[in-house]
Amino acid sequence: MSDHIPEAGGEPLRLRIPEPVARPGDPPAFRDLHIDRAGEVRRPPIDVAAADIIDLGADMIRVLDVRGEAVGPWAGTLGADELRAGLRDMLTVRAFDARMLRAHRQGNTSFYMQSLGEEAVSCAHRRALDPRDMCFPTYRQQGLLITAGYPLVDMVNQIYSNSHDPLRGRQLPVMYSSQAAGFFSISGNLGTQFIQAVGWAMASALSSDTRIASAWIGDGATAESDFHSAMVFASTYHAPVILNIVNNQWAISTFQGFARGDSATFASRGHGFGIAALRVDGNDYLAVHAVSSWAAQRARANHGPTLIEWVTYRVGAHSTSDDPTAYRPQDEPSTWPLGDPIERLKNHLIRIGEWSDERHQQCADAVDAVVRAAAEEAERHGTLRSEHSAPSSMFDDVFASMPDHLRRQREQAGY
Amino acid sequence: MVEAIRDAHIVAMERDEKVVVFGQDVGYFGGVFRCTHGLQQRFGKHRCFDSPINESAIVGAAIGMGAYGLRPCVEIQFADYVYPAYDQIVSEAARLRHRSAGDFTAPITIRMPTGGGIFGGQTHSQSPEAIFTHVAGLKTVIPSNPYDAKGLLIASIEDDDPVIFLEPKRLYNGPFDGHHERPIVPWSAHPLGEVPDGHYTVALGTARIHRAGNDLTVLTYGTLVHVAQAAAEETGIDAEIIDLRSLVPLDLATIVESVRKTGRCIVAHEATLTSGFGAELSALVQEHALWSLEAPVVRVTGWDTPYPHAHEWNYFPGPARLGAAMRATLDAR
Repeated sequence: MSDHIPEAGGEPLRLRIPEPVARPGDPPAFRDLHIDRAGEVRRPPIDVAAADIIDLGADMIRVLDVRGEAVGPWAGTLGADELRAGLRDMLTVRAFDARMLRAHRQGNTSFYMQSLGEEAVSCAHRRALDPRDMCFPTYRQQGLLITAGYPLVDMVNQIYSNSHDPLRGRQLPVMYSSQAAGFFSISGNLGTQFIQAVGWAMASALSSDTRIASAWIGDGATAESDFHSAMVFASTYHAPVILNIVNNQWAISTFQGFARGDSATFASRGHGFGIAALRVDGNDYLAVHAVSSWAAQRARANHGPTLIEWVTYRVGAHSTSDDPTAYRPQDEPSTWPLGDPIERLKNHLIRIGEWSDERHQQCADAVDAVVRAAAEEAERHGTLRSEHSAPSSMFDDVFASMPDHLRRQREQAGY
Repeated sequence: MVEAIRDAHIVAMERDEKVVVFGQDVGYFGGVFRCTHGLQQRFGKHRCFDSPINESAIVGAAIGMGAYGLRPCVEIQFADYVYPAYDQIVSEAARLRHRSAGDFTAPITIRMPTGGGIFGGQTHSQSPEAIFTHVAGLKTVIPSNPYDAKGLLIASIEDDDPVIFLEPKRLYNGPFDGHHERPIVPWSAHPLGEVPDGHYTVALGTARIHRAGNDLTVLTYGTLVHVAQAAAEETGIDAEIIDLRSLVPLDLATIVESVRKTGRCIVAHEATLTSGFGAELSALVQEHALWSLEAPVVRVTGWDTPYPHAHEWNYFPGPARLGAAMRATLDAR
């Protein structure tokens, strides 16, 4: 302890160690979450100056109201067919997650990460991009890949590390990579991809291309220096990039206060960089699509980067290695005020006469069958417990061509 | 050597419009060591530009550009400043090809001035090569003269994998042999200072026999190539000095052949001793040439201390230390 004696009347120094509003045993509380009514937040032109939309970094853009109506200036970007496609995308992601969690329990894979409750963010965003745009995702954006039409069987092959794994058994399950599907190789080191996306976008602009990049990061990883790196480069060079923060409230057991999310919105971090910043209801498929389209048009028209905070909630565990009941109230997910993205889009489609409970069930069943078929096909190529790619292949792709020292080690290993 | 490095940029940028150059002060000003002088004026701001002071972002952005299909060559102002970029280099650039099974690659070159001898203190003098050679997926290159600097840099930029390109800053203006008290000898007075015009490469993974000899082998690179030359001349020992040029990939055949011939081996580098690249060289020599050795392999390196300022020449492994080690190795039996 310090020998320093505070002066009379003075107090020793203290630190603030942030605490969430509710822990296990407490009633769940989202009283600090600022939510605007659907349709109330304005829609500026795509060439607006960042300084002229400071308010949008604190507001919450929403389209779907409590009745399921699409209201306000951000409504109207999607027709009924597109909405049904979006619903199917989200149902596919959810069915896929459920199937892979089961596969994990059965021992077919070592690890899985679901995106339960936040499907709208990646599914609607991908539909707002051009197929040739490049996303730099985190591990919870499987919706981007599924919406882009990447084969489900190849996702399962990767998760099973089987003989048909496109990544040849090298990566942790769910760390997909597909240049063709506009999905950059997932790292697992949090945040690193955020600045890489800016670099990709810079390269596109340097090459007089028309493609844009979309960068992804979680609320917790905004504390990483890569977040600052991306912001300063995107801002300096006006890179054609969308900077997405998925604020799902929890970074494993760490609530967003440890990334300063309890002091100001994540979107507001764009302001110091002069980057247009918007805060959006991430469980509102229509809002996600409308704002993503706005940001994509802005980037493509050389008006620079946009920072978007998608406010959503991680309903499930962080991963199959995590148990959230140890650090947050058990009933917190069911009290999340922004609801479930699939239910909300379904209700909207029913409300406008373009959907029914019966059709929804049919769609869910069809999607389940597709996922089941993909998983079964993948199982024929093996699982973590059975068939893998040849072990000798671990020596491939370290370099474009194998140097002598690796050749010697491969021989030593007996291959 | 500065001119040779600058020339390598020009050749590479003229041959391939996908080559872009950026880093702190490299654009309008042309770099604090002038290695990119005039590139922006010649190729325009879209090919050579300044960056914010953020090494992690410089490398991270270069990785994204490489994934896009460009071939960035970036400058870290001093090797001592590269540590913020270490995660991007180790976890990202080095592994991208492998982790994506070739779906994405990072064909980037990361240049940085390395080593001491300019009274740079602990933040402008370090030799961090071993923290890169330890990483799977990286190539690590370090020239000792203008001819090699140009040929190796062009080869690095054209290489499809990430290359760490270390430039011994004390060699920028001449073949420094460790005699800091003597006047600087310019490269113009040295045969390796002659640099051909136009395109040529020095293949990564090929060592160069800097001085042929029979008494003992000195395995070294960078500034210490010239220090070893001075030590050989001053001791009269017929040393075979091998300039490795490329640490990964390494020209093991040339090393083994020389040690089998001489039977004695000294490993010399400016970097600190413990877990330095000399340890790797020493291990390789005993693995591949033990029965030819007539004396233990000796390492002559910087001390395991931070690089000092006032005591620079007590730290630097100069010709006196290297010469003494040569004599001891020759006397050992």
